[in-house]
Amino acid sequence: MKKQTETISGAQAFIESLKCESVDTIFGYPGGSLLPIYDAIFDCDLHHILVRHEQAAAHAADGYSRATGKVGVCLATSGPGATNLITGIATANMDSSSIVAFTGQVNSSLIGNDAFQEADITGITLPITKHNYLVQRAEDIPTAICEAFHIASTGRKGPVLVDITKNATVDRVLFSYPKDVNIPSYKPTYKGNMQQIKRAATEILKAKRPLIFSGGGVISSNASEKLVELSELLNIPVTLTLMGLGAMPSSHKNFIGMPGMHGMKTANYAIQNSDVLIAVGARFDDRVTGRIEDFASGAKVIHIDIDPAEISKNIYAEIPIVGDVSIVLKDLISIINERINTRSNEKLIQEYKANNDKWVNDILKHKSENPLTYDKNSPLIKPQFVVETISELAPNAIIVTDVGQHQMWAAHYFDFKYPRQFISSGGLGTMGFGLPAAIGAKVGCPDKTVINITGDGSFQMNSQEIATAVQHNLPIVSVIINNGYLGMVRQWQELFHDKRYSETDIQNSVDFVKLAEAYGALGFRVTEKSDLKRTLKEAIDSQRPAVVDVLVDRSENVYPMVPAGASINEYLEPDA
Amino acid sequence: MSQKKSDKSETEGQKHILSVLVENKFGVLVRVSGLFSRRGYNIDSLSVAVTENPSISRMTIVVRADDQVLEQVKKQLNKLIDVIKVIDLNDEEHVERELALIKVKTVKDTKPEILQIVDAFRAKVIDIATDSFIIEVTGDDKKIEAIETLLRPFEIQEMVRTGRVGLSRGYKEGSRDRN
Ligand SMILES: Cc1ncc(C[n+]2csc(CCOP(=O)(O)OP(=O)(O)O)c2C)c(N)n1
Ligand SMILES: [Mg+2]
Repeated sequence: MKKQTETISGAQAFIESLKCESVDTIFGYPGGSLLPIYDAIFDCDLHHILVRHEQAAAHAADGYSRATGKVGVCLATSGPGATNLITGIATANMDSSSIVAFTGQVNSSLIGNDAFQEADITGITLPITKHNYLVQRAEDIPTAICEAFHIASTGRKGPVLVDITKNATVDRVLFSYPKDVNIPSYKPTYKGNMQQIKRAATEILKAKRPLIFSGGGVISSNASEKLVELSELLNIPVTLTLMGLGAMPSSHKNFIGMPGMHGMKTANYAIQNSDVLIAVGARFDDRVTGRIEDFASGAKVIHIDIDPAEISKNIYAEIPIVGDVSIVLKDLISIINERINTRSNEKLIQEYKANNDKWVNDILKHKSENPLTYDKNSPLIKPQFVVETISELAPNAIIVTDVGQHQMWAAHYFDFKYPRQFISSGGLGTMGFGLPAAIGAKVGCPDKTVINITGDGSFQMNSQEIATAVQHNLPIVSVIINNGYLGMVRQWQELFHDKRYSETDIQNSVDFVKLAEAYGALGFRVTEKSDLKRTLKEAIDSQRPAVVDVLVDRSENVYPMVPAGASINEYLEPDA
Repeated sequence: MSQKKSDKSETEGQKHILSVLVENKFGVLVRVSGLFSRRGYNIDSLSVAVTENPSISRMTIVVRADDQVLEQVKKQLNKLIDVIKVIDLNDEEHVERELALIKVKTVKDTKPEILQIVDAFRAKVIDIATDSFIIEVTGDDKKIEAIETLLRPFEIQEMVRTGRVGLSRGYKEGSRDRN
């Protein structure tokens, strides 16, 4: 504990508290209620990144957290500054990303009076935060910050908001930071119940058609290696949801792709035919399950998750295991190893292997018969080809996406190598996430190439952040898969609304090259297939913030596709 | 194995009394009630007041839900940082009470009859005006509904119910609200 005999201002206590939490970077935007805090920021050694819209501050903190595994921090002023954070906080909440959002608030004497720039931000963010605080006294700042970081970064992670009144930042305190957190009502379970884990091991070794179905929880608990170990130990195929991509290399022989609405057919096939589904850190979102009654209807479900409320919420779990995915997988693996090495189990293991061989061969056959395809001979630039080219040029880059068709193509066609390589808004599907999240990722991982795969619609939702990238010298390459459409919506209109393209044609709405240049970034345009690779390489090699506007085949659709509400093996096929 | 999600807006499903211990903090009532409305759970009644420990409040929530929804309600409540403990009183031997105040119109002739009903229900007249009584009655909801039915012909002008409160029976080691 740091103790001082001299008082400091609440604003300085704020800075000291952040230092105690080892914060190195804040994404923020100033305003009246934050003047004392910004005055303290002026001569502290925290790295402050000035965004151009508070929404971007929240997304950047989120991107920073997803890329590094640390807590991301953003800061906005009271009223409109705070409300501008909402979309970013909700995005982080849906994807269980740990951020702490700080907001300024009017003087506590004015609260409730509709004061200038007063907004009840703790009230507003109640449903989209893991928890929030309203701090009205300088002496409460350290404890609130200590608890906020603890809650955001433990258990099922999530955003925490701390709203601090201006008077609390002005008043003086003797600073002392809590040694440890004690929140009696908040005690996440980390270690799984051993009885349940043993039952799970028994079911897995009895399985004829086991499947690992895994999501963002594996990334968030840094359990990727264990997941791969389990898969390799018993030769179990793995499907990863959008949030889980990267947990196992896409090229791994046991990886069968992403499941769900735009999932790989083989992944969906495996789910529908498995007899034991090992769900690890995944929450059975409706975009993944399709018609819930038909999802994995022949499987016993083992569900491992840190959040008890996720278990049996959408899919009934025969064997629920509440705990940190990484710790539970470790225990599960050691129990399975024990069983494998027990002589009396020899027959069981042989039987397992025989069944497993059949199952894996069946899946491999299905995979070879149902590859992802697009027209490689088309004279037009196919969006899938753009992603493949990026994958080839920058195999180890962090890939951030926006939301739409390009997001699905990025998920399918990029060859992911490691966890935290793919950063995308899954749960909320927030257009405008890409560029600011890429900024956060780049700040958190300065040695990595960061590429934002975006759409012509999404990019316009936070393109002002090119200014942030330029100001802070962050060489992020935004590749716009420019189809002149709000493409994903257009695809649904084509398929389900008689090709009535209501308000989705946005062709030629902006010259992205000039836009980039106006901000002092590099701008490129690619209209010929033959220019694509060279231009992308030039942009990546430039080490400058860059925008590459790639004019792609406007009419391309994302396949496979399962219509909303159908079972995940009922596909809409493209017209021949 | 999948399971059908029951339509939460349906009124079917058993009534459950949840006794929820929460930190006695600013905003905690909104956190709990907001959770119910946000997730579409039906609340029949909710009552809240501080416990013997001034830093803790007890909410008694009557919720109508089938088993699966109830399970979710409990888990979601437990997820709230300020919720210390969720007890489903239906799982335990417990007592429950509700208090109602009923204002009934009186005319000369009806007073004795009303007083008879009050007596029979071991209720109390706690206020007498020239043309009305205020009657206080405690009991489970059946009892309160019964007296309400009997008093209705005399014209009930106003009525207020506290909502149910309950406690599980017997002394339990370690079941103090916070040790
Ligand atoms: C903030 C927000 N508004 C609206 C939507 C609905 N929406 C989903 S995808 C999409 C189109 C995205 O267009 P674009 O960024 O060009 O990507 P494309 O699908 O063309 O690749 C829209 C409007 C959304 N996801 N987010
Ligand atoms: Mg588009």
